[in-house]
Amino acid sequence: MATEQLHHTALTLVDHLPILEVLVPFVAAPLIVVLGSRKLAWPIAFVASAISFVIACLLLLQVLDGSYISYHIGGWAPPLGIEYRVDAANAFVLFLVSGISTVILPYARASLEAEIPRRSTTLLYALYLLCLTGLLGVVITGDAFNVFVFLEISSLSTYVLIAQGSHRDKRALTAAYDYLVMGTIGATFFVIGIGFLYMATGTLNMADLAERIAVQSDSRTIRAAFAFIVVGVGLKVAIYPLHLWLPNAYTFAPSAITAFLAGTATKVAIYVLLRFMFSVFQPGFVAQVPTLEVIILPFALLAMFGASLTAIFQRDLKRMLAYSSIAQIGYMLLGIAFFSQAGLMATMIQLFNHGITKAALFMGVGAFVLRAGGSFYHHLNGLGKSMPWTSAAMVIAGMSLIGIPGTAGFISKWLLVQAALDAGWWPIAILIVASSLLAVIYVWRMIETLYLTESKAELQARQAPMSMLIPLWIMALACIYFGLDSDLTLSASRTAAEGLLAGSTGME
Amino acid sequence: MDSGTLEFVIGHLNYWLFILLMMTGLYIVVAKGNLVKKIVGLNIFQTSVFMLYISIGKVTGGTAPIFPLDMKVDPDVVYSNPLPHVLILTAIVVGIATTSLGLALIIRIREEYHTIEEDQIAEIENAVLKSEQWASERATGEHS
Repeated sequence: MATEQLHHTALTLVDHLPILEVLVPFVAAPLIVVLGSRKLAWPIAFVASAISFVIACLLLLQVLDGSYISYHIGGWAPPLGIEYRVDAANAFVLFLVSGISTVILPYARASLEAEIPRRSTTLLYALYLLCLTGLLGVVITGDAFNVFVFLEISSLSTYVLIAQGSHRDKRALTAAYDYLVMGTIGATFFVIGIGFLYMATGTLNMADLAERIAVQSDSRTIRAAFAFIVVGVGLKVAIYPLHLWLPNAYTFAPSAITAFLAGTATKVAIYVLLRFMFSVFQPGFVAQVPTLEVIILPFALLAMFGASLTAIFQRDLKRMLAYSSIAQIGYMLLGIAFFSQAGLMATMIQLFNHGITKAALFMGVGAFVLRAGGSFYHHLNGLGKSMPWTSAAMVIAGMSLIGIPGTAGFISKWLLVQAALDAGWWPIAILIVASSLLAVIYVWRMIETLYLTESKAELQARQAPMSMLIPLWIMALACIYFGLDSDLTLSASRTAAEGLLAGSTGME
Repeated sequence: MDSGTLEFVIGHLNYWLFILLMMTGLYIVVAKGNLVKKIVGLNIFQTSVFMLYISIGKVTGGTAPIFPLDMKVDPDVVYSNPLPHVLILTAIVVGIATTSLGLALIIRIREEYHTIEEDQIAEIENAVLKSEQWASERATGEHS
């Protein structure tokens, strides 16, 4: 099954796809800075992102059958050299991240122009690409320390991107500062965990780590490492009590950036959590420590209800969606807590479906901000009439957020309920449905504001420009497409879940 | 304290110092209201991790991992592990980037808020929040 390809003589471009996935945006970012041309910045960013997306598609097609690609950087064989390892789980996330980035860039052009002064936009695209590089790198790498390096590349650029919202609202600065402090604490916890792992095993390669942890899983050092890594990554995931940075960061960042981050950053962190829990530490190890039932499960439920309730009482649509993101992350954690193949499959598919749904919703918010001057509910009164296309896309994405049949959100909720019933946890299944009802309330409030209230006479909102509408509709239609034809997402998430639950045997 | 405990305490000296520094750093981040002091705390916290990594790379009786020029390595010589040092070089770069970005943000915050004290910033933000709420209530009141 494994595709070994380390023949120095006969390497074709196809063999180099794993490194090119990360290298293309990584090289394009400084290129934008060096050229310094405002006209070239956007095309370069878009082409780089599109190339990454094409490569991600090619990689996903190669590994859908359950095989994996191991790429040795510089020809140094692991465990000494750094290895990039692509299997179904991370190819699926690569596909999501590069796909969302590529759809958002055309949208970002008009949106950023309105929200950011023109002199900043060139550097902004460079940072956007760096952030993309970091996210892709975190996902593709098979080296534990490499994860930290890429995590920091994406985090540092994220802080700056969020701070760019200060041109609209100065609170973006404090939001970015708070995220910087919390994100750094999280990343440092993560690196402490890696240090402990290295101390106990003497290796940093994930597959190698998994093998060595398997033989000494009752070592206290390794348990401490597990705790540090889960808390550190948990901060990036925004697991419920560690979510405090998220609402402000999402609310005050420029709209296009929020759409990008909401669709990708937390999803990548969830992937890291999965990868470490199940591939590096064995499923057996995770089962032996009662982390899942005692810690992850209650916090997931708290997120589903606490954050949803908070979302209902918001006055700002953007902030409401941020709280809803925390609640939706709760569903993903719930799937992990079931500790079954069905549960992990639900997590993977929820990760994907929520990524596209939230990206679509935040893109709609950006269109409202552009034309109606704000995202508070009182700005949105009656926009269903003056901005019919944007509003309709918001309704579709909102339905996917609730989980109405026929949308992508339904598939993931359905799988999650099924996983709960399989595990015999029917009260949890009821709670999943109950928290979806909370989602109905906050999404209905949005629909009511858009369609059932009168707009102010003096304010005539125009239709959003085509460059924003088309990407928005691509995302909205994706919400429906992946709800009707779920072959690709189901098979990818099933293979991913199988690979993850197999533990280190899945990495052989 | 018997000699076993004493040996344990002294033998793990690097870990005690790591924990001490780490907790000092975290405490400053949490307890101080001044944004610059928070960054200082964050720095101490990160530095503690550098210390942890570097100290675990030390092999008892090991010398600096530098091979002789002629590459005739004596198999009896014990070398310390250089890998954690290399990792920490990267982490130091990350730490510098974080610090400089944090300080840059503080400068911008001071320009906008005219203060770098957390509680004063919170006051200003609460006032903004109240006015937003008022505006939103007034707007919805007009239409209901």
